[in-house]
Amino acid sequence: MNTTLLRRPFAPRLRAFWSSDLVWSFRHSPVALTSFIFVCLLTICAIFAPLIAPHDPFNPATLNLMNGFTPPGTPNAFTGESFVLGTDDQGRDLFSTILFGMRISLFVGFSAVMLGMVIGITAGLVAGYKGGWTETIIMRIADVQLTFPAILVAMLIFGIAKGFTPVEYRDQMAIWVLILAIGLSDWVQFARVVRGATLVEKNKEYVQAARLVGRSGLAIMVRHILPNVLSPVLVIATISLALAIIAEATLSFLGVGAPPTQPSLGTLIRIGQGFLFSGEWWILFFPACTLLALALSVNLLGDWLRDALNPRLR
Amino acid sequence: MKLHYLPLAAALLATTTLGVNAETLRWARAGDSLTLDPHAQNEGPTSSLAHQIMEPLIMRDMTGAVVPALATDWGPSASDPNVWVFNLRKGVTFHDGATFDSEDVKFSLDRAMTPDSDYKELLASVVEVRAPSSHVIEIVTDGPNPTMANNLTNMFIMDKSWAEANNATKVQDYEGGENTFAATHANGTGPYVLSSREPDVKTVLTINKNYWGIDEFPMQVTEVIYTPIQNKATRVAALLSGEVDFIQDVPVQDLARVGDTDGLEVRTAPQNRVIFFGMNQGDADLKNDNVDGANPLADLRVRQAMSLAINRDAIKQVVMRGQSQPAGMISPPFVNGWNAEMDSSSMTDVGKAKSLMAEAGYGDGFSITLNCPNDRYINDEAICQASVGMLAQIGIKVNLDAKPKAQHFPLINTLETDFYMLGWGVPTYDSEYIFNFLVHSKGEKYGSWNGTRFGQADIDVKIEALASETDLPKRNAMINEIWQVVQDEQVYIPIHHQVLNWGMASNVKTIVAPDDAAKFKYFELN
Amino acid sequence: MLSYIIRRIFQSLLVLLVVGLVAFSMFRFVGDPIENMMGQERTQADIVRLREQLGLDQPFPVQYWKFLKGAAQGNFGISYRQGRPVGQILAERAPATLELAAVSGFFAIVAGIGLGIFTAIRQNGWVSHLIMTASLIGVSLPTFLIGILLIYLFSVELDLLPSFGRGDVVKIGFWSTGFLTASGLKALILPSITLGLYQMTLIMRLVRAEMQEVLRQDYIKFARARGLSERVVNFRHALKNTLVPVITVIGLQLGSIIAFAIITETVFQWPGVGLLFINAIQFVDIPVMAAYLMLISVMFVAINLFVDLLYVVIDPRLRSEAAA
Repeated sequence: MNTTLLRRPFAPRLRAFWSSDLVWSFRHSPVALTSFIFVCLLTICAIFAPLIAPHDPFNPATLNLMNGFTPPGTPNAFTGESFVLGTDDQGRDLFSTILFGMRISLFVGFSAVMLGMVIGITAGLVAGYKGGWTETIIMRIADVQLTFPAILVAMLIFGIAKGFTPVEYRDQMAIWVLILAIGLSDWVQFARVVRGATLVEKNKEYVQAARLVGRSGLAIMVRHILPNVLSPVLVIATISLALAIIAEATLSFLGVGAPPTQPSLGTLIRIGQGFLFSGEWWILFFPACTLLALALSVNLLGDWLRDALNPRLR
Repeated sequence: MKLHYLPLAAALLATTTLGVNAETLRWARAGDSLTLDPHAQNEGPTSSLAHQIMEPLIMRDMTGAVVPALATDWGPSASDPNVWVFNLRKGVTFHDGATFDSEDVKFSLDRAMTPDSDYKELLASVVEVRAPSSHVIEIVTDGPNPTMANNLTNMFIMDKSWAEANNATKVQDYEGGENTFAATHANGTGPYVLSSREPDVKTVLTINKNYWGIDEFPMQVTEVIYTPIQNKATRVAALLSGEVDFIQDVPVQDLARVGDTDGLEVRTAPQNRVIFFGMNQGDADLKNDNVDGANPLADLRVRQAMSLAINRDAIKQVVMRGQSQPAGMISPPFVNGWNAEMDSSSMTDVGKAKSLMAEAGYGDGFSITLNCPNDRYINDEAICQASVGMLAQIGIKVNLDAKPKAQHFPLINTLETDFYMLGWGVPTYDSEYIFNFLVHSKGEKYGSWNGTRFGQADIDVKIEALASETDLPKRNAMINEIWQVVQDEQVYIPIHHQVLNWGMASNVKTIVAPDDAAKFKYFELN
Repeated sequence: MLSYIIRRIFQSLLVLLVVGLVAFSMFRFVGDPIENMMGQERTQADIVRLREQLGLDQPFPVQYWKFLKGAAQGNFGISYRQGRPVGQILAERAPATLELAAVSGFFAIVAGIGLGIFTAIRQNGWVSHLIMTASLIGVSLPTFLIGILLIYLFSVELDLLPSFGRGDVVKIGFWSTGFLTASGLKALILPSITLGLYQMTLIMRLVRAEMQEVLRQDYIKFARARGLSERVVNFRHALKNTLVPVITVIGLQLGSIIAFAIITETVFQWPGVGLLFINAIQFVDIPVMAAYLMLISVMFVAINLFVDLLYVVIDPRLRSEAAA
């Protein structure tokens, strides 16, 4: 199938894509366009943070504590150094720290959603297609999962992971713990939606036909049912991405977030909120605005996607 | 001064619209008292609240000086050096009207020595408590104990007949599945009577009109409403918006804001707590570093280099906003044995530190994990974080592992950490307390908080001898010798002494107590 | 049908047992309760003795079994932190959380449905776009930050609303309510907005989407063609058909309001079970954590069970499947 696709000339396919309903709706929605550009811009900034950022906030040897609390654009009273967006409580350049923090937030968000999606789709497909005891067990596990606040899951995984990671990697470990914790508390909604859609799809004629032809269960699930449940999954995934980025911030507030030596946007906000009353507004303001811009654009994109993919709304 | 003050008070009256009269003090701090049972928890907020309702034989006033409470005078017995004699105050009654006498004291001290009591270690040297007459108490120790009285300042006295009537003769245990009456009720002799309490929510105290010291102390606060507020920002907001009159634990960054607000004031005082790092200097190899087959921290030069790398002034200025006092020894300044020379011995010299590292063979540095609490001391995590940057200057790559105290402190206890932060307060105001827990080699009775694996047999002998040395000049000389070794060996890296910050409405007049325990009978309002 | 219900209830019980087992296997990673329960003067012997006394030296399945035995008799043990029976503490704290959840739920439903209808009817008006975007701002910031910003604005700067607690409460039997005093009602405003904002946005978007869909249906077009007024069409016909899926979602969301009040209660020092749970985590108060998790899972399992049974009643296709 892939080979036949490739043999077709490229340009007409592109043109077909360009004039497809989805893209047409995208091109004609200023909100979708703007938020897409924003997401791309922020993602690019995050990916190329080491090239863009004037400082390396994750290298403690380059920090000077005396630079702490420098307001944006004004030189520090002791060191005379100046920073575009000011510095945080540790003397880190806030602009660089935000870029690097966004990198972590986006990485955690994407990975957690991917993890939740893979687990959720698999569980949902299997539960919906197989039915019976398999379904019961999977859906009851989902019930158990729903009960556990992500903070407890994070602590559990943290405790276990501590025993296995060598010292040098413990700093990075927190990131993977966050991904696991958020991903694990995220899969249930994918599973529920996919299971529901699978239940509907599996009784349709084309699936019955495929079964009669002798296709295996796995092939039917992946080739026939999966493509038909992808639209709601895509919508959930987009919204989940925004939620995952915010969940990471919340976990940080509860004390199980990214380490302060390698802060994510959420950790920066958690640190910054402590300086809201004391006049160092920039430590909270800039990271919060970045998070807002990021989550808002992703949410708006998800919104548009939901409407665009809903055939009944056209 | 007076002229300047009046408009402030007027402004304050205008902003507090909640209809509270001048004698009510609305008090908030981060945590609530855990229990009213006076012997179940030896912990700051718990004994702070207990001090309003109950009294010990002797107590510390707001300056930290030992003053009489239920005992009027005390001293070692003339006939037997192993006995302390306390003469009790006469004419004192409990809140329910029962008369206070030596039977209550004997009962309370015996109760505090039972296995479930959290105060039994402070009375470990006590063999027997005797009540020879209705207002005399004799405490017999297993040897001469010159500092015994200092251990009694939080040892609260309950009414024996009340405890017996309410089945509260035993300290709370957690096995039976039932709570003792004393955990939720209190009957003391103190200046305030408990009028209502919802744990973690609200506690109301009213003045005890029959208090023995009602004419002796200001006693201007007639009602106390105590609400714990955990979240820092919310606590400050409550003070700024006039919803409370008095908060403990003001975050250092908010001191300026509170101080600049009309009708609010901040008062600070050095706290009886020193913050420092401990290092595993005893093991042959470390679990939490990247050096195989050797322990870099065992080398004195490395420990000295680490201490030299820490810029305590920068930490004071930026992380603590000036609210700390750089330390050179792990003893708060109030403590017997503290000396100014040692406490100012810490220096910052990155160049010298680097050459010491090179001499020790670690010119390229090494990597190690620093375990740090993130909810125990003032800005604990930020101090550790700043230290990570400073140690990076001399090539030591530190992985910061900051965790809640419930996960951090067991690491020290079980010797799982090689490099950790710890803070220490000295309730007895004597160096012996520091040595017993932090310097003596770790064993069954001593050194329970010594996670450094440091231990020298001759030092251990000296520390143990302090308890029964009654010749004070000789004892002080011994203390000084032990300190000298601790300093020379760089057993710990002292960081600073904490400073306490209390924020309050301007009409509240009090000084800040070094043990962070507000005793409202000393408070004045105007 | 009956056998299906019995089977589902049996499964739900099994779910509860597994929740408990997982919870107990987790507790030791939260920290060591002994550390908080004893002063700094404790000796090694004290630690060992207390650990034995609490049964913490035993493997977690044994601890779990002890907890189950007690729970079956209605005894959840003694809180390590407060030294009082856990059941009593939960009963004291539950009203605060339930009242907060009820008010936030009410706010979310009323504002959500109202704004949802408005944005669906005025699909392309700029006000609708503004509402849609503004509501997204609310869910694009972490809850704790929204709470703190609200406190800063309404308590510190404007001095209008209290920053913490429940105000004055009135006791009616065992229930303490903040509904009967002015300060109690004022204290509810900021926390309910903080807690309900997310659900409000969710409901609003759902109502809007469903309503838009219904408005395109043929019978609505017929109703319009028949000359019925816009208002009758919108409210009598369209809204009615919108509400069925909305109610299902609201049911599920109410459960999560209670379960995730943790953050809001921490920020506003709201004395409910969420704050109790956070304190329990900090103190490693195992009996409280265990009881709270069991309570929340009972709630979730009950809601799930109810929703599943509702589906069976509504959808005949599932009924035949359930019977099989």
